[in-house]
Amino acid sequence: MRRTRFVLACLACASTAFLEAQLAIRGDKVYTMSGPPIADGVVLVRGSKIERVGRASEISIPSDYKLLRAKVVTPGLVDAHSTVGLTGYLNQPHDQDMLEKSAPIQPELRAIDAYDGRDRLVGYIRGFGVTTIHTGHGPGALISGQTMIAKTAYDNVERATMVPLAMVAATLGEGARAETGKSPGTRAKMIAMLREEFIKAQEYSRKREKPATEKEKDKDKDKEPPARDLRTEMTARMLKGEVPLLVTVHRANDILSTIRLGQEFHLKIVLDGVAEAYLVLPEIKASGYPVILHPTMYRSGGETENLSMTTAAKLRDAGIPFALESGFEDYVPKTRVILFEAAIAAANGLSFEEALATITASAARIIGVWDRVGSLDAGKDGDLALYDGDPFEYTTHCTGVVIDGQVVSTAQN
Amino acid sequence: MLVSKHCMTPDNRFTRLLAFVLATASLLPAQQTPLAVVGAHVIPISGPEFDNGVLVVEGGKIVSVGPARSTKIPDNAQRIDASGKILMPGLIDSHSHIGSPAGGDGSAPIQPDVRVLDSINVRDAHIQKAQAGGITTANVMPGSGHLLSGQTVYLKLKDGRTIEDLLIHLADGRIAGGMKMANGTNSRRQPPFPGTRAKSAALVREQYVKAEEYRDKIRKAGGDTSKMPPRDLNMEALVEVLDGKRVVQFHTHRHDDILTVLRLANEFHFKVVLHHVSDAWMVADQIAAAHVPVSLIVIDSPGGKIEAKDVSFASGAVLEKAGVLVGFHTDDSITDSRLFMRSAALAVRAGMSREKALYGVTMANARILELQDRIGSLEPGKDADFILLSGDPLSVYTHVLETWVEGVRVFDRSDPKDYLYAVGGYGASHDQDDMNFDDEEKEER
Repeated sequence: MRRTRFVLACLACASTAFLEAQLAIRGDKVYTMSGPPIADGVVLVRGSKIERVGRASEISIPSDYKLLRAKVVTPGLVDAHSTVGLTGYLNQPHDQDMLEKSAPIQPELRAIDAYDGRDRLVGYIRGFGVTTIHTGHGPGALISGQTMIAKTAYDNVERATMVPLAMVAATLGEGARAETGKSPGTRAKMIAMLREEFIKAQEYSRKREKPATEKEKDKDKDKEPPARDLRTEMTARMLKGEVPLLVTVHRANDILSTIRLGQEFHLKIVLDGVAEAYLVLPEIKASGYPVILHPTMYRSGGETENLSMTTAAKLRDAGIPFALESGFEDYVPKTRVILFEAAIAAANGLSFEEALATITASAARIIGVWDRVGSLDAGKDGDLALYDGDPFEYTTHCTGVVIDGQVVSTAQN
Repeated sequence: MLVSKHCMTPDNRFTRLLAFVLATASLLPAQQTPLAVVGAHVIPISGPEFDNGVLVVEGGKIVSVGPARSTKIPDNAQRIDASGKILMPGLIDSHSHIGSPAGGDGSAPIQPDVRVLDSINVRDAHIQKAQAGGITTANVMPGSGHLLSGQTVYLKLKDGRTIEDLLIHLADGRIAGGMKMANGTNSRRQPPFPGTRAKSAALVREQYVKAEEYRDKIRKAGGDTSKMPPRDLNMEALVEVLDGKRVVQFHTHRHDDILTVLRLANEFHFKVVLHHVSDAWMVADQIAAAHVPVSLIVIDSPGGKIEAKDVSFASGAVLEKAGVLVGFHTDDSITDSRLFMRSAALAVRAGMSREKALYGVTMANARILELQDRIGSLEPGKDADFILLSGDPLSVYTHVLETWVEGVRVFDRSDPKDYLYAVGGYGASHDQDDMNFDDEEKEER
């Protein structure tokens, strides 16, 4: 009996060891993003979490840890805003789920009901080191739906999901304009409709949640509390600050309208896109709203005609927290790769580490998952990207990707 | 003088139709005193790289180029210190849509009579942005929504006031340009456009058969004007293609569509360049066997359209290995002219040689446009089209500092007006009213 228990215990140990990946990643340079880079650094990963980070001279790598080596090691990259998984790579009607055009305001649409972890673009960006994506409904409607945060390692949406409801996506400006004869047809109408929606949600919350006083009860004595309404319920959650509103907006005047709206209803707002941010830096700074900046190589035209490759550096100078995004693309390339976008920002005013922060630490903070990803610290998720040189150089390769302690790519990308 | 005398030869009917657009001698300021660019690391493309080089330019042409120790600088030359910088030929983009070009309309799938040069806005800011990317020559094309959307034009990216300022005149007086064709999905539309691939090919063959017959009638007339067929702009343009005077620049993606292009070119003996060619890596050997060049696009991710689902950074490397002549293009605004070098660099990332990648944005494209005797490398006698870079051409941190076309500087990153185009910002996409000329140059006019 004792013997059997012993054998069972050993088997259990063995199987745990087998299931629990134990990795040592050693880099000529390890960018932890929570402190200065470590020359000849080691990251130990046990199970799905980072166990220890430090100089190779100070960490002895246990013999049963699988060793990976690279010139440069960074945290797994975090794409602060994408539509990958909802905007399939073929770009045909059957694989485009980022925009439902039947109504201008639909915050009840959940991203988790649409995310396809098997889409080829998920694996494609993962191959360059992208391990976490904030994805979901795209720009193109006043309120298009919800966003989520996913790990790029998994086919299954339940397994992939880190945060099922991250933000609600909104658009102001040309992108939100409805077809002729439908609302919203103008910018003023867009704001009016949003204000009406939030006021409606205030009423809804008051009636559903606040116990009526005797007097009110008397007044409303024949009235039941309003029936549960998914749309207004979500708007009400934004009013409470539980869910941020991610507003894709480019023109300076639209940025100011967004801030005005946010202040009226005390919303948590994340400014997205903001091609003309450099025209209204003091106002953005004063609002306290973080920015998810358009891809550095985004096409200029229409509302984005004035965008600049130097906006990231200007946001840095202004002290505004910001991250970079791959954003939404309706043609080729069907998605951008944040690694490449950060590279161009690094060539246009950001330092190497500042640019890397826009796709790691800053991105994780702005989308609210800093406790799990965005830096190499003990206790955080075992997400790493390995490169054979400066990750931003065109001719460098991503040589390894680790997600939740599992090696998910060793290809040269 | 409104018309170049070359075009007035009465029996040269195919060039006569272009005559009215030919301008007098260029109104642009020409470079007069010799210029010597000294001290740069030189990548001549035509030979090995060397340090501390000298490039001597006069009258818009390269006089000499070589290491400082062995290259004479004329006493009266204006010297430009380029030490610490990289000097290489101006980049050539073999497929671009700068200048807001438009070709054929929705009336027919095949419109060879349409010339894109009749649509170009030389004040379009995209031309300035292309200069900021180091591009000195571009093949500006109509779109791919037709089987044949019209005649393309090869432009010198000077600071021009009129399209004439940018045109390249060939020895026979014709304006340099190709013929844009496309197959696959883009040109499949509602009638009168084709609905299938087989119909697409049939419509094209029908027109080329007609053009062959038209050409035969002209040949039979033997110069007797009374026996000549009535003038037909469509047929005249296609005869230029059949005669090899106008290269077909063929948009194609899918592996089978690529082979269809080769089949058509073989049947009608036209010169062709394969453009975009997402699936090139699948049929590299067939392309090589046909001795057909490729003009590649490099896209950050696959898809966006069904035909581009397998596009790969590795195409350049695979084609190089197969022995295919490989150029790159921006397809601006699909990719940004200011980052053209990036396409070559990403091909190197996927295994292409540095040498062939740099060749691909210069000399390969010169050959693709059949302008290899004028542009594409730093060699005496060629046009003085060159760029100065802040560092290695394949590095992301490198910027184009200056762009020169025929001995005239058209982009200077240290000039705030030019810098605006290089990085973007308020007004960077607006049409230009004064075309960015220096004040003194304006006064000269």
